[in-house]
Amino acid sequence: MSEELETERNDVREDGRRPPRAVVGSHRIEEEMFGKAFDGRIVSRIWAFVSPYRTQVAISVAAVLVFTGTQLVIPLIIRYAIDNGMAVGNPNAAALGWAVAAFAVTILINFGASYVQETVVGKVAENVLFDIRRAMFEHLQRVSLSFMDKTEVGRLMSRLQGDVNSMQEFLETSVLSVGDIVLLFGIVGVMLWLDFRLGLLTLSVLPVLFIVRIFWLPRARKAFMAAHETNSVTNGALAEAIHGVRAVQSMDRQQVNFTLYDDKAHANLKTHLTASKYAQVMVPIVDSLTGLAMAVVIVVGGSMVVNTTLDVGVMVAFLFYIQRFFDPIRSLTMQYSVMQRAMASGQRLTEVLDVRIDVKDKPDATVLSGEMDGSVEFRNVTFGYNPKHPVLKNVSFRVNPGETVALVGPTGSGKSSAMALVHRFYDVQQGEVRVGGHDVRDLTQESLGRQVAMVLQEPFLFTGSVFENIRYHKADASFEDVVEAAKAVGAHDFIMSLADGYETRLEERGGNLSLGQRQLVSFARALVADAKILVLDEATANIDSYTEMLIQKALIKLLEGRTGLVIAHRLATIRGADRIIVLQNGQLIESGNHDELMAQGGLYSKLYNLNYASFDDIPDAQLEAAVENGSQT
Amino acid sequence: MTLRHPWQVSIAIGSTIVAAGLQLMIPLLLGRAVDETQAAFTGGAAGAAAEEALWMTALVLLIVSILRGLFTMSQNYYSESVGHHIGYELRLACYEKIQRLSFSFHDQVHSGDLITIGMLDLEGVRMFFSTALVRVVLLSILIGVGAYLLLSTDLLLGLVALSFVPFVAWRSSVTQLRLRSTWLDLQERLSVLTRVMEENLGGIRVVRAFAAQLHEMGKFDKASKSALSLAHERVGIRVRNTSAMTFSFFLSMGLVLWFGGIKVMAGEISVGTLASFLTFMTILQMPVRQLGLMVNSFARASTCGSRLFGLLDLDIAVKDAPDAKPLVVTEGTLRFENVDFAYPAQEARPVLKGVSFTGRRGETIGIVGPPGSGKSTIAHLIPRFYDVTGGRITLDGQDIRKATLATLRKAVAVVQQDSFLFTTTIENNIAYGDPWAKERRIERAAESAQLHNYVLGLPSAYGTVVGERGVSLSGGQRQRLSIARALMLQPAVMVFDDSTAAIDAATEQRIRAAMRKYAEDRLTIIIAHRLSSLMHADQILFIENGEIVERGTHEELLALGGRYKALYDLQVRPGDDVLNEVQGAAQ
Repeated sequence: MSEELETERNDVREDGRRPPRAVVGSHRIEEEMFGKAFDGRIVSRIWAFVSPYRTQVAISVAAVLVFTGTQLVIPLIIRYAIDNGMAVGNPNAAALGWAVAAFAVTILINFGASYVQETVVGKVAENVLFDIRRAMFEHLQRVSLSFMDKTEVGRLMSRLQGDVNSMQEFLETSVLSVGDIVLLFGIVGVMLWLDFRLGLLTLSVLPVLFIVRIFWLPRARKAFMAAHETNSVTNGALAEAIHGVRAVQSMDRQQVNFTLYDDKAHANLKTHLTASKYAQVMVPIVDSLTGLAMAVVIVVGGSMVVNTTLDVGVMVAFLFYIQRFFDPIRSLTMQYSVMQRAMASGQRLTEVLDVRIDVKDKPDATVLSGEMDGSVEFRNVTFGYNPKHPVLKNVSFRVNPGETVALVGPTGSGKSSAMALVHRFYDVQQGEVRVGGHDVRDLTQESLGRQVAMVLQEPFLFTGSVFENIRYHKADASFEDVVEAAKAVGAHDFIMSLADGYETRLEERGGNLSLGQRQLVSFARALVADAKILVLDEATANIDSYTEMLIQKALIKLLEGRTGLVIAHRLATIRGADRIIVLQNGQLIESGNHDELMAQGGLYSKLYNLNYASFDDIPDAQLEAAVENGSQT
Repeated sequence: MTLRHPWQVSIAIGSTIVAAGLQLMIPLLLGRAVDETQAAFTGGAAGAAAEEALWMTALVLLIVSILRGLFTMSQNYYSESVGHHIGYELRLACYEKIQRLSFSFHDQVHSGDLITIGMLDLEGVRMFFSTALVRVVLLSILIGVGAYLLLSTDLLLGLVALSFVPFVAWRSSVTQLRLRSTWLDLQERLSVLTRVMEENLGGIRVVRAFAAQLHEMGKFDKASKSALSLAHERVGIRVRNTSAMTFSFFLSMGLVLWFGGIKVMAGEISVGTLASFLTFMTILQMPVRQLGLMVNSFARASTCGSRLFGLLDLDIAVKDAPDAKPLVVTEGTLRFENVDFAYPAQEARPVLKGVSFTGRRGETIGIVGPPGSGKSTIAHLIPRFYDVTGGRITLDGQDIRKATLATLRKAVAVVQQDSFLFTTTIENNIAYGDPWAKERRIERAAESAQLHNYVLGLPSAYGTVVGERGVSLSGGQRQRLSIARALMLQPAVMVFDDSTAAIDAATEQRIRAAMRKYAEDRLTIIIAHRLSSLMHADQILFIENGEIVERGTHEELLALGGRYKALYDLQVRPGDDVLNEVQGAAQ
């Protein structure tokens, strides 16, 4: 079929057309870069993080004022030296001496003030940054899991890093921009004070600058944003090429992808050149205006000097001020976009901080003691992630101390939800879940967590040594405890075969172990935790048969002397349970031991008789048929 | 590299020289203006002439300022342009290289490191060309010519005025280098912090399951504090030095005022000369400070550059032989002849030893064996993701190392264990290997892979964006998508590398039925744990420790009563038997 495609399947056609279905990278821009320049609500939220450092902020603002003051004074001292010390025909060594002394004092003050200001601002900004990040991270430890379920880790990470970092720029520059504003007004003020008419005349170039800026700013910002955007698009395409390189090579897409990437990189080049034009076009304008202002001072000031209405020193001071004049204006316009960015980031930060915490300890919550009996009971539990669509409907059952109960049922029957409720990952809408005779909502989450150990379907391991991972829950567990647990679950042998035994560092998420091995480590971890109750979600993925045997053995060990609630997929596990509970569509439809359920002839017996090694292997059609028959009986 | 943009570089450097010259004229003009003013103030005929001259000076100053602005603009724009062009070329080179480097390279290099090279290092090199080169020219002219002018005007005063230059240049270079090394440290510590947060959020269920929030906050605080203390240290380094540099600048300014004042009083120099000295110092202050930035930029460019060019200069392990010919597929017969293989990183550990087998068009070969036995390696050798270390692989008699990679990879398709989804629509993902494909073919492939019905249920059906920033698919759905992707190709050899592990047995059955026709035209190789996936194969190879230990049809292997039989028994026996055995073993 489609032989004509065979020939040039993967290339750009001769006429330069690109394959219609070929794209590299994502075209979607994730989020708003710029917000309003000022948002009172967000500023007040940020202020809450700054206010613990009020004193330091006050000190640094004071230091900025002093610093700016000294900068304003220096040309005045030079002026004094020229007019009083070096006056034509009337030199005055004492005046020069005074001027030099004043200069020395001023620069010492300048030194101190700049030191204090920059140190304090820099450190406070870093502190605030880390505080914000900490607050967010801590908040995320407590928000409800339903929020975490639907939010990607990558998205949260860009909150915790990108957005927090763009606040840093804002915090650091905002104190400095206080200085800029003071400097700007200071220069204007001093010039007007030195000579009102000349000052006014010199300042008359300013409106020109403002008008130019007004026209320039929106266009320039658009150009800068376009450059920023193409840059992230190009980088995104590169990242994709890196992550997907194996797929690219195996489907021989290098050639097309290179052409498409070239398009993107070229667009990026063009936007950057445009942005660069916009940035540079202001240079001659500012320089011309500076030149104009200086020319005005020379011509007008010069004739005023001749008319003796102005001292030469004042003229020199003016020339000095003019050269410093445009700096604050430049940095203030930069500050504007920093603020916009900060507001957009601040908005996203507060969204994270404002996520509601649904599950929290009652003020008078009791501590679940290790002496409790270890029973688990569901009393008329109704629960749904969305209350309108309950996934568990009026479910009641009891697991007696030391008993192992297998939860069985088709996908979507509510098994995993039931398991999550025991640990109070979510709160029920009706009824109650009781552990050790207490409603879980009356217990502290901390103590509940100590008594209920969970093993999840996808075993998650942390970066760190095998040893650290196994004693994750019990930081004070000794090496012997850990080895004993690993031996008990049959993980010891493979751990010892690793390069550094128990000290072998696991890569991200235990990537250097096989799924089965990770499972065994997570069993050992649960065993070390030594909780009264074990909740376990058996893995569905195919594991090689040898490891499978180890896991089955480990499971028996793990459940010894504990209350067990197991979401079981494998028949071997189900048969090993004391009692089986069958869920379907959120309802408990059968309960009893294997023989009782087989005798009942319901859904369980139907599934069992299909004779698959795992309930997950049952084809949909057969499953549906069984479910239908099961519910009829 | 700069040589590739000769005219832009010349304009940038030419503009820089002119701009620097004009810049230097400004203090001189200002000094002249002050002197002329004073002359005019003294009155007399000279005074009247001076007043005239004042107008002239003002006009020249204005023109010089405008020209300076224009040339500075041109200097900045063209140097940035050179940088952007170089950046563009480097991007392309880097992208192409990364795409072409073999699996053995990508196995050993962390993708995060490649991203750092392709983004940050490249940016470092680009910035160097954008700014540092022209800065060097500008600075040498400003300092060189400026120093000459000052010293020739008044040696002592010139020396005093320039006294801050060496100190500031030295301090700022030392500081920038220190800041750089602490910056690298800080990045290191921040990446630890990132990892702590990322793992925590990714494993939030485990954290909650073990009520380990306190423990996690402890980990966070430790990482956070270590980063914060370094951040504070950096603030300290920076501030101590900027303050010291500013102070030294003002100190020499004060000295110029003092000595200059004395000289003016003694009539040795004019007030205008003093003013131009002071102005010149102001002009020089910024560029001298930037010396440090430049040193930093050099240091950064050299580390970034060595990494970037190191990557670009890498040899590609698997590439077309010089005498490579297009692969000609006639019979579609694949032959492994005594193949040995070891991964380049661990040459001492052979993964495959003397593997030989033959597969023909229309046949199915099943490969099974314990984890780590070398099954997947076989799949990776056929499209030359790696080259064999002994023996050879042929397709219709042609050694695959003698064929061009492009034709070989068209002839061989591998459905990987872990399939990568690109951030684009489902249809574009399915058509990844054939981007000219028509809609109908895509749908047919999806139907065969049992994905069609699921796709129709999505909000925008085939137009739904998946991948990192799109709808996330389950493991089984991803595997089905990657099967559909492979079905779009028309390879002579189709390899399924444990690519149905997350698909339930029944769906897999349906996929196999749908593919029956398709499989007639090619050789199919199935690698799997689940025996039901490959029981029907014409030939089953049982691999252990890199060697074929049993081979034959399903029936033959069962009759043999060896490892295959043992595995079969384990997988198909009902739960009771397994349970008894396990319990027996546990007691």
